[in-house]
Amino acid sequence: MNSRKPIKYYPARSRLLHWSMAVLIISMLLIGLSMVESLAVWQPLALSLHKSFGALLLLMVIIRLVNKYLTERPKLPKKLSKLKVMAAKLTHFALYAAMLLMPLSGWLMQSADGRTVSVFGLFNLPHLVDANIKTYAFFREFHALMAWLLIITIVTHVLAALYHGLVRQDRVLASMLYSKKPK
Amino acid sequence: MKSKITEKQARLIIFIIVLPVALMLAYKLSSLAGKKSVSASQFVDLQQGAISHPGYRRAHAKGICISGVFESNGALSELSEASVLRTGQFPFVGRFSIAGNDPSAPDLNAPVRSLALSIQQSDDLSSQWRSAMNTPPVMAVGTPDEFYEQLLALAPDPETNQRDPNKIKAFFASHPQSKDFLEWKQTYTPANSFAGEIYNSINAFYLVNQSGTKQAVRWQAVPSKLQGDIPVMQASDPDALQQQLTTMLQNQAIQFDLLFTLASEEDDVSDPTVLWPSTRQVINAGKISIDGSQAQKGGACEHLNFDPLILPQGLEATADPILRARSAAYAESYRRRAKEVLIGEYK
Repeated sequence: MNSRKPIKYYPARSRLLHWSMAVLIISMLLIGLSMVESLAVWQPLALSLHKSFGALLLLMVIIRLVNKYLTERPKLPKKLSKLKVMAAKLTHFALYAAMLLMPLSGWLMQSADGRTVSVFGLFNLPHLVDANIKTYAFFREFHALMAWLLIITIVTHVLAALYHGLVRQDRVLASMLYSKKPK
Repeated sequence: MKSKITEKQARLIIFIIVLPVALMLAYKLSSLAGKKSVSASQFVDLQQGAISHPGYRRAHAKGICISGVFESNGALSELSEASVLRTGQFPFVGRFSIAGNDPSAPDLNAPVRSLALSIQQSDDLSSQWRSAMNTPPVMAVGTPDEFYEQLLALAPDPETNQRDPNKIKAFFASHPQSKDFLEWKQTYTPANSFAGEIYNSINAFYLVNQSGTKQAVRWQAVPSKLQGDIPVMQASDPDALQQQLTTMLQNQAIQFDLLFTLASEEDDVSDPTVLWPSTRQVINAGKISIDGSQAQKGGACEHLNFDPLILPQGLEATADPILRARSAAYAESYRRRAKEVLIGEYK
C-alpha cells in the first residue's frame, strides 16, 4: 500500500461517525420540533430521550473533532470553483458549530430551568448554571433558533452532496459513501 | 441528433425540477395525514386569551408564594425510593393560586384554587418533587383534546363577557365521563380560606420502590386543624384570600396532611375522570407545614414552573393523557413568560 497517495475515500470510522450522527441529528430535529408542540401521551418520553441523545451527541461530536484532527481527508476536486470551495468550508464549519452549540444550549437551558437531566437513566448531568429565568429564556430561544439554522445548513449540505453525486458525478459523494471505487 | 445541452446540464435541470416537486408532494402528503390534535401553542393561546399579561403564567396567573417544611413520616418508604418520602424534614417552596389568566383578578370569584409545591432534600436538585394540586378531585374529561373543547365551552362570549349556559350544558351532556366531576361540583362549596381547602393531585402517579415495584396513587393535601381563628375576609377585597393568608401566617403555621390513596387492580389509573371508591387504602405520608408567605412579585415561587412531571427517582407518571399533556402545556406557558421577562416586558 502506497501511503503517499492521497486518500480518495473517508476511512470507515469517519464514515460511521458521519452517518450515525446524521441519522441521530435529523431524528433529534424532527422529534424536537414535534415534541414541543405535542400534548400526546408519548411526549414526556420523547422529551427525555431527546435530552439523553443530546448528551450522547455532544460526546460524539467531541470524538468526531478529535478524529477529524487526526485524519487525512479526501481533497475536493481540483476543478471546483473557489466559490463552491468556500461554500463547502462554510457549510462544514456551520455544521460543526451547530453540533456543539445545540447540545450545549440544551444543557444550559435545562440547568437554568433547575431541571436535572438523566442520561438514559444511568447518570445525571451536572448543573452548569444556577436556576434563572432570564438565562433559561435566552438558551431556550437560542436552542430553537439554532435548530432552524441547523436545518437550513443540513438542507444545503444534502443538496450540495446530491449535486456532486447526481449532477457533477465527481468523487465527493462517493468519498463519504464508499471505501473504494464501486464496480 | 446532436443535443443542445450537455448531459451534465440535463442532470442539473432534472435535479432542480424533481427535487422541489418531490419535497412539495411530501409536505402536502404529510399535512393530509390524519386529524390534527390540539397543540401546546393552541392550548396556551386559548388559556392566554385576548389580553396578554407579559411575564405571567397563562393559567393560574394570580398567586402568592409560600415556604415551609414537609415533615415526612416515612410511611411510604417501602413503596417509594424517593428521598423526600423517607422520614425527615424537607423544605419546600410553594404557591397558592386561583384559576384564570389575570394576575389581578378578584380572589373570591375564581372557581378553582390550587396548591403547588416544590419539595426537595436540602441542596440536592435531583431529589426535587414538584406537585400542582387543585380543589377538584377529578377532571370532567380525560384527554387534552376534550379538555380544550371544555375550555371552549366554558369561555365567556368575548363581547358580552357572559358564559353560554346552553353551550356548557351541551358539553357536559355529550361527555358522560364528567359524571363524577359534576357530582363533586354540585356539593362543593369554597372554603373560607386557602388553608381550609382540600387540594388534589387529580392525576394518578406511580410510587416505585428499589425493586422496581409500582403502586399507583393519587394524593391530596387535607387541612389540619387550625390553632387560631380564621380572619374574616372583606368580600370586596380583590386580594381577600391572599391578605387573609398573610395575616394567618403571622400567628400560626398552616398545616395539611399529605394523604396518599392507593389504587386497586380495578382502578383505571390512566383515567382522571373517575373518583376512586372511598374504600381504597389511604396512607398519611406526613405534614406540609407552611410557615411563611411572600408576594408573588419578587417571591421565590415567581419564576418557578410547577410542572407535575418534575419527579424524583421513586415517583413516575402514569399513562394518564391529561397528566402527560400538562408538562408540555406548562412548558409553553413558561417559555412565553420567560422570554417576556428577558426582554423586559414583565412589569
